[in-house]
Amino acid sequence: MSLPKSTSSLPRLINSRSAVFAITRPRLSLSTHTSTTSTSLRVGGAGSITQSRSISTSRRRYATEAKFDPDSVERATDEVDVCIVGGGPAGLSAAIRLKQLEQERGGDELRVVVLEKGGEVGAHILSGAVIETRALDELIPDWKELGAPLNQPALSDSMRFLTEKSSFPMPHPPQMNNKGNYIVSLSRFTAWLGEQAEALGVEVYPGFAGTKVLYTEDGKGVKGVVTGDVGLDKDGQPKDSYEPGMEFHSKVTLIAEGAHGSLSKEIQNKFDLRKGKDPQTYGLGIKEVWKVRDEVYEPGKVVHTLGWPLDYKTYGGSWLYHMEDNMVSLGLVVGLDYENPYLSPYKEFQRMKHHPFFANILKDGQCIAYGARALNEGGYQSIPKLNFPGGALIGCSAGFLNVPKIKGTHNAMKSGMLAAESAFESITSSSSASEDASESENAEPIDMSGYAKAMENSWVYKELKEVRNLRPSFHNPLGLWGGMAYSGLDSLILKGRVPWTFRNNWEDYETTKKASQVKPIEYPQPDGKLSFDILTSVSLTGTNHAENQPVHLRLPEEQGARERHTQANVSDYAGLLGRVCPAAVYEYTDAEGSEVDAEGKKFVINSQNCIHCKTCSIKTPTQDIKWTVPEGGGGPKYSEWDKPSTIKFPD
Amino acid sequence: MRPTLPRLVNILVPVKRSIDYAVKIRVASDGKGVDTNVKHSMNPFDEIAVEEAIRLREKKSTKVDNITAISIGPAKAVDTIRTALAMGADSGIHITTPENAVVEPIAVANALKKIIDDKKFDLVIMGKQAIDDDSGSTGGMLAGLLGWSQGSFASKLEVEDGGKVHVTREIDGGLENIEAKLPMIVTTDLRLNEPRYASLPNIMKAKKKKIETFKPEDLGLDFTPRFETISVSEPPKRQGGGKVESVDELVSKMKEAGVI
Repeated sequence: MSLPKSTSSLPRLINSRSAVFAITRPRLSLSTHTSTTSTSLRVGGAGSITQSRSISTSRRRYATEAKFDPDSVERATDEVDVCIVGGGPAGLSAAIRLKQLEQERGGDELRVVVLEKGGEVGAHILSGAVIETRALDELIPDWKELGAPLNQPALSDSMRFLTEKSSFPMPHPPQMNNKGNYIVSLSRFTAWLGEQAEALGVEVYPGFAGTKVLYTEDGKGVKGVVTGDVGLDKDGQPKDSYEPGMEFHSKVTLIAEGAHGSLSKEIQNKFDLRKGKDPQTYGLGIKEVWKVRDEVYEPGKVVHTLGWPLDYKTYGGSWLYHMEDNMVSLGLVVGLDYENPYLSPYKEFQRMKHHPFFANILKDGQCIAYGARALNEGGYQSIPKLNFPGGALIGCSAGFLNVPKIKGTHNAMKSGMLAAESAFESITSSSSASEDASESENAEPIDMSGYAKAMENSWVYKELKEVRNLRPSFHNPLGLWGGMAYSGLDSLILKGRVPWTFRNNWEDYETTKKASQVKPIEYPQPDGKLSFDILTSVSLTGTNHAENQPVHLRLPEEQGARERHTQANVSDYAGLLGRVCPAAVYEYTDAEGSEVDAEGKKFVINSQNCIHCKTCSIKTPTQDIKWTVPEGGGGPKYSEWDKPSTIKFPD
Repeated sequence: MRPTLPRLVNILVPVKRSIDYAVKIRVASDGKGVDTNVKHSMNPFDEIAVEEAIRLREKKSTKVDNITAISIGPAKAVDTIRTALAMGADSGIHITTPENAVVEPIAVANALKKIIDDKKFDLVIMGKQAIDDDSGSTGGMLAGLLGWSQGSFASKLEVEDGGKVHVTREIDGGLENIEAKLPMIVTTDLRLNEPRYASLPNIMKAKKKKIETFKPEDLGLDFTPRFETISVSEPPKRQGGGKVESVDELVSKMKEAGVI
């Protein structure tokens, strides 16, 4: 029952445009089912102040026979200039840049709203991470004085190749040179960006998810988003605490949901933004943070590994970064184009920690955090068209991660900044053209193609073009070996100056082989000291979703969808979802009689465990799992772990 | 002759910023407290209190004049007050304390008494306990200091027009119904209600609502703790159990352990 928390702790001037704010919720007479209580309270009498509360905080009771239709509910609406879905580095950089431009150029005050589904800014942010400060230096040059949590410079970097029992150093591509970069908690850094945004007057609303796109009358443009309804029970019926979501009508809508966002997916389909582009491919990054003994702690050390435990056909590798305060961030990225449905990225990671290279560091340490998230691997070839009428995709929603560098934050931030500049130009020029607010309702949706062009000419695209062939070069019969050979050549000598571009030919789910074509993989049991069972790890994410809400992981609505899913996944793919999900959401449990969905198994979705990594939506072979946004404020709480906290070291 | 004016009830709702209920608690490195560098939210029992105050206003049977949320805590406690405002409270009071300062129940009760004496409240609805210290004392202490009636562990609350109050209390043996008159203290138990979500329009509106800020010295209050925490430690790790194959084995193991 935790309430979404407003992070507004600074006085803020609500500009005059909020007067347009209209509550259009139904009052007493709208429906015979409703029994609203108290819409306005007039208290008169000598000496007392008349109070009129025109906002209805009533609770509607719906007849239980009527099936509740969320589309029929009237919602509060608000007019803003820019609505940004997602409070990550891209979204917040865009917001900050907009406010900076407003201050530099003067003119009307812009209303910029950031919607973030996590309980706080940073709660859903997970990354290694070693960040390049290129974009931050442009956005906030005095970030050090302002207290940005970039405290640990990267002091050394190395790459190792692991075999089952040993490891040896290997050369790494020059892109992975980390001089000048910082090892950070991206979650904390994002929280700091959120504070900077609020200080500039951005309205940041954590705990509110953008769940639906609003289209213009003719359906050809985007006019805003709707936040999620809260207080629906698991059958979709309103409870006493029901509050409908709110509509934001914005001149520009920026989608900054991160990799494989739900609204991004919808918009890319609707406006055909992927036409002529390669499919986006992904990796799943699984991370833990450990507190380690002084003897093995080397602050600033950056290590990446290739090889064991992944086989030569599976793309992936690990990282180990020594952060501040005896804390070490380590993890494994597994390319989701892996072939073997028995592969469990989680268990690969757990067994990897037993390798002497990792075990020596983690021995007698304490695991204090765990998380996982899908990340983009498609690179330049997979970037969709970035703009659509009324908005644009920024950050990992589009996909600017530089895979060989394993860095995307600087690109995401830069994309946010460029989108802000384009949006600012369009908004200020269109508002000077039409002063009347109502006229702008019917105005043409803003064209953000200026942003797409700016990106093409930016250092982001330059660096992505240079490395465009490295990751796809792993799609060859020799797998890892071919990839490493080519990558060595390209990154050191050719530097992408070649006429060819390797393509990402397949979606990740398409490359999965059938269970009958591969051998099952035997994983060791966790020992509870270095490796852990998945439910223990999930509890370390702090994830929670309010009970009794609709399950946010949706099968298609048609009759028999569940049975068909179970049939195909169990017989052909050995229950892949149960192995790939890093939060133990999906299970194909043994069942009997009427409980069976197919093949003697029941498909169980433990949606409360979900950590919003999006892997299920990417890798399900039958592609019939749709990830939708649950009630705002739920999901993991990554921000609380990566602080230099006062945790007592175990004796 | 003028009819007597209906009595207007002023409600005070104390809210506390405490560690979020879903957070995994860890002992701090000095062994004298817990790690507070984690997510905080409004104490769940206080959420129920705010919700109850708002429901009282929505019911026409009670004429509520004003609902004030008050919090005694560090700078960030203002977020907790804003949450109460977003749920529907009208104004807020914030008594600021230094970061990480301990404010004991008696200090809170004294502070609340001062505010109540100054600003004249008729009804205080507060959580029965805070989930961080589980003291459960503030409500009773406040009632004692003020000499007011109290209805604690309330699972049902009704306030009649003339100031008569019916409280159903959760007690060990079941439920107890009491009747009292305003002014009084009510402390909330879990079953009283399910708090509403603060909707986004209300959060936006809450930014315009007024919060008065005081320092303890301004009100002549002294928050110096009377207790010193000697140590805090985790409970001993649970020893694994063993599995037995049959009832006989169970019985013999129990005999071994000296249990039977």
